[in-house]
Amino acid sequence: MTKLSKVERGRRRIYWNEPTMGAWENVYLLEVVRGLSITGGVFLRNMWRWCTGRKGAVTAYYPEEMRPDYAQGNRGKHVLTQRPDGSPQCVACNMCATVCPAKVIEIEAAYDANDPTHPKSPARFEIDYSRCIFCGLCVEACPEDAIRMVKDVPNLPGPDRHAMWIKKEELLTWQPARDVAKPYSARPAAAAKGAA
Amino acid sequence: MMQDLVVHAVYIGYALGMLLTFGTILTWVERKQAAVMSDRIGANRAYIRLPYTQIKLVWIGLFHGIADGLKMMLKEDFRPDSYDKFAYAIAPWVVFAPVLLVFAVIPFGGSLHPAELFSGLPAVAAWFGERSYQLQIARLDAGLLIIFAFGGLTVIGAMLAGWSSSNKFSMLGALRAGSQMISYELVMGLTVLGLVLIYGTVDLTAIVDHQSGTLFGFLPAWGVFLQPFAAVLFVTAAMAENRRIPFDLPEAESELIAGYFTEYSAMKMGLFMFAEFIEIAVIAAIFSTLFLGGYNLPYMNDRGFALPGGTVIALSHGTVVVLQLVTFLAKVLFMSSFQILVRWSLPRFRYDQLLRFAWKFLFPICLANLVVTAVAVWALGGFQ
Repeated sequence: MTKLSKVERGRRRIYWNEPTMGAWENVYLLEVVRGLSITGGVFLRNMWRWCTGRKGAVTAYYPEEMRPDYAQGNRGKHVLTQRPDGSPQCVACNMCATVCPAKVIEIEAAYDANDPTHPKSPARFEIDYSRCIFCGLCVEACPEDAIRMVKDVPNLPGPDRHAMWIKKEELLTWQPARDVAKPYSARPAAAAKGAA
Repeated sequence: MMQDLVVHAVYIGYALGMLLTFGTILTWVERKQAAVMSDRIGANRAYIRLPYTQIKLVWIGLFHGIADGLKMMLKEDFRPDSYDKFAYAIAPWVVFAPVLLVFAVIPFGGSLHPAELFSGLPAVAAWFGERSYQLQIARLDAGLLIIFAFGGLTVIGAMLAGWSSSNKFSMLGALRAGSQMISYELVMGLTVLGLVLIYGTVDLTAIVDHQSGTLFGFLPAWGVFLQPFAAVLFVTAAMAENRRIPFDLPEAESELIAGYFTEYSAMKMGLFMFAEFIEIAVIAAIFSTLFLGGYNLPYMNDRGFALPGGTVIALSHGTVVVLQLVTFLAKVLFMSSFQILVRWSLPRFRYDQLLRFAWKFLFPICLANLVVTAVAVWALGGFQ
């Protein structure tokens, strides 16, 4: 005969997870007061933070605010780098578009006979963020270091999926304070303006 | 005669404006307070764009209440194929109207002497003469009884809504509303009886006057100090009357969709919600009147302050009236905020727990409180 455990010996079967409440908890109102003091305390603490000009919430305010815990190598958004004169470094070779597994990059090349060093440039450079998988293969494929991915959030919310294409103008707005990978000035457009 | 009409029209306008404003503001307070309590920011996206500019006024999300109202007015007023269309149509109003009516007997300020207030305008002062008014829409001797009489009407609206919706969920919600609200009404009445015993009156203005004195020479003679148990029980029962979490069994959304107003849409449903929010303010007003010294600051009466040390600070009539109005609003806002704190802190009861709580816990405590109060009043020979 199996020996009954202590919990099964009683008149009624007691399950291991049945809530057992002491006298204090059975009064209920006292526990209510304790709960209210906890929530009220959090409320007052957060209100104090708001009133003293700090942030009393853990919410990151998407898309206006960037989350503070993004990794350094986060691949959030594409950018196109620029030459000192502000023109895109891209030569419209289509390598990124070819390697892209999601086929989201569309490039239309332009030809400029007056610029013998860089005759080809992108007339159109568009990325469909509704399909992009943020793999970073385009960055690795680029022979000119023209496309990179930075720690940022593309401004995606829009009324339809056609609003989720990012055009060349926006990709070229990247103005790094210090670009260690390049031998020339940190602010290419500004430097070009200064030289002229 | 004409003067009375003017004064009371102003009172009614003030009371209506105050209640409707509170109903709208409290939706915002509820959202924001819940957010701050749980480390969030809260609703803050609705904005009003100034015409012809790109300036968007957000005002920390205050316009969400307006957005809600607009949404409810513009939605399709969907009606179920009910067997009692009349009852279905009037049910929201039967819930909404008593909530507003209750406020008619609540004093939101002390006495008003228009002649003194308009002493700068001799013509107006002469027109009003020696008349004086209580800042209260209807000065009734039976004030407290009126509150309970009208407060009890709300349950009829809930029952009507549930019955006429031809929906099982609504019906269940209505039955729950009926048993819950009648149980808690009993508790609410008993908690207040202790105060009635002490003050010897159900006239709300007289009750507030009683509370402007002191207790043991230093404590303001507020109901909450005279009857602390009754104060706690009253808030509990009043929140149950208002069917809010943790007592929102009639509309428990995880069990009954929306309870007795499942079949209501658009502004009819909005009326139920609006009534709920206004009732928060009304409960806060009743509680302030009965337990928190009404429209008076501690040690304050209609002439100024009478501090415990015997110091008397006299204030001009205008100052007193404004101070009383503001004090009352502040107390109402504080108590509303407290109710919202409770709503976002406690989980919902189970139905058997709800009724057991009323009949086996609150009810005996109320009776005990009443007996102790009665004996104390008899022993001390009355409060006065």
